[in-house]
Amino acid sequence: MNRLTSALLAWPKAVLLACLLASLAFWLISDRINPYYMDVLTKIGINVILAVSLNLINGYTGQFSLGHAGFMAVGAYAAAAVTMFAGPKFLALAPAAWLLPATDGLFLGALLIGGLAAALAGILVGAPSLRLKGDYLAIVTLGFGEIIRVIFRNIDSLGGALGLNGIPPYTNIFWVLAVACICTYVVLAMVHSTYGRGFVAVRDDEVAAEAMGLNTTRYKIVAFVVGAFFAGMAGGLYGHYTLSIDPKGFDFMRSIEIVVMVILGGMGNTAGVIAAAVLLTLLPEVLRPFEKYRMIFYSLLLIILMLTRPQGLFTWKRTLKTAGRA
Amino acid sequence: MLSIQNLSVSYGAIAALHGISFEVGPGEIVTLIGSNGAGKTSTLRAISGLIKSRGKILYQGRDLANLPPHEIVAAGISHVPEGRMIFANLTVAENLAMGAYLQKDKGGIERDRQFVFGMFPRLAERRQQVAGTLSGGEQQMLAIGRALMSRPKFLMLDEPSLGIAPILVKTIFEKIVEINRQQGLAILLVEQNANLALEISRHGCVLETGQIILRDSSAALRENPKVRAAYLGGV
Ligand SMILES: Nc1ncnc2c1ncn2[C@@H]1O[C@H](COP(=O)(O)OP(=O)(O)O)[C@@H](O)[C@H]1O
Ligand SMILES: [Mg+2]
Repeated sequence: MNRLTSALLAWPKAVLLACLLASLAFWLISDRINPYYMDVLTKIGINVILAVSLNLINGYTGQFSLGHAGFMAVGAYAAAAVTMFAGPKFLALAPAAWLLPATDGLFLGALLIGGLAAALAGILVGAPSLRLKGDYLAIVTLGFGEIIRVIFRNIDSLGGALGLNGIPPYTNIFWVLAVACICTYVVLAMVHSTYGRGFVAVRDDEVAAEAMGLNTTRYKIVAFVVGAFFAGMAGGLYGHYTLSIDPKGFDFMRSIEIVVMVILGGMGNTAGVIAAAVLLTLLPEVLRPFEKYRMIFYSLLLIILMLTRPQGLFTWKRTLKTAGRA
Repeated sequence: MLSIQNLSVSYGAIAALHGISFEVGPGEIVTLIGSNGAGKTSTLRAISGLIKSRGKILYQGRDLANLPPHEIVAAGISHVPEGRMIFANLTVAENLAMGAYLQKDKGGIERDRQFVFGMFPRLAERRQQVAGTLSGGEQQMLAIGRALMSRPKFLMLDEPSLGIAPILVKTIFEKIVEINRQQGLAILLVEQNANLALEISRHGCVLETGQIILRDSSAALRENPKVRAAYLGGV
């Protein structure tokens, strides 16, 4: 993991810091912005996290996963469990003057726990990817997502089929944008390093990568773990935004939606995938007046795009964008 | 340098190699010829640790059989896989960097890179080009260059002439000889098209359905009527 850490530290941290400060500044002025726009922006931010993190697994590493909604569910439930069940006790301990920072700390902790729980699930789902490829892996990951849903439906303490209600409203635009920035930073820093080109090498030719001495097993697991971690964070943000979650909200259609963002943006092209996440979140909003025909419109658009630009809407030169830093 | 003893490989119930034995001396080029499906690729993959095998793979006195691929690379054995398996979405320079994956010293890596660029000036010109857009011959050069980046003492080439324009095949074989001379690198060369391979190698083995049926000097193999009929186009 040594090379991985140094890869993360080598990428310009100033850019990340600037993005985080911008997120903070934006949050400070956010109450002057039309709430409808803020709502759409929050959804965009969450989808960006999901798409960028899935792109590490599906795009850069070439492990076709259909389980991202499952990771999101794990994170959403774990984070909500922390703030709902442990939160009140924790906040009762904090002195009154410290209530606000304590709440923020609680939420950050909950998001991290959600991410870690999802990362753990990522190890479980990543393991089959060591033996399975392509369609088979897709089916296994899809099965994982469904199993997760069934499990949550049967845990009564987590609300069963009704899900959890009354999750505290901790998500704000700062958290969403900040996690989106960190997620993008981590994925870019990883794949642009010498270590990280190994993800693309595994995707391009696993046997050759192995013959060069790469530990292909570890690359795949790392991709699943990091991807799942951010999907879990996204789940935590989602739960504390919608304030109620239920197993149905994380069905396989949700996974498909994220996969479509990755494919449309161009597998392994982070900028393209972000653009696609923005576009595909906005599109249903724009199509709202034509409610009845919305899904037809949406599907048609996807078919046309896939036929005319199979390499992804936003990819021109090469399938995977890893150039830039030598 | 390398001594293969009684090496067997099976894919499930199907046996691909039935206990083959051969040797490669230091600084020597040895050719392994055989028709399609004879087990040439399986031999190289077993040596590289990419597939499980039975028998001994003695390399500088140490048995490497069934070690993980990264340990084989670290021991100084490099493999240019069949079918030019370059990383199509990485640039030429990035492909070379992946070849040096196990190397840590920056200065040494840069020297190796300059050696490869000196050997294949075409790669130097195209260092920022995405490898998938290179011609077949250039991809083969890249695959060889990438293998050299791991600083091997022993190089294995799996059908480097496969699907490449004849004029480039000649260039590539010249380079193989050059690499062998300049670096004193031992080379195991696998070929179906045996003419050129037997010209540049000292010894050769003929592999048929998983068994070595002939072992001789390359000069003798070139004169052998059976070899001429089966592998040299009857000339
Ligand atoms: N992955 C595999 N699974 C099953 N059988 C294989 C596999 N690879 C090779 N074989 C079989 O093993 C035998 C030797 O193949 P190979 O080593 O590729 O031969 P060559 O390189 O000489 O053409 C062939 O009969 C081939 O069909
Ligand atoms: Mg072969």
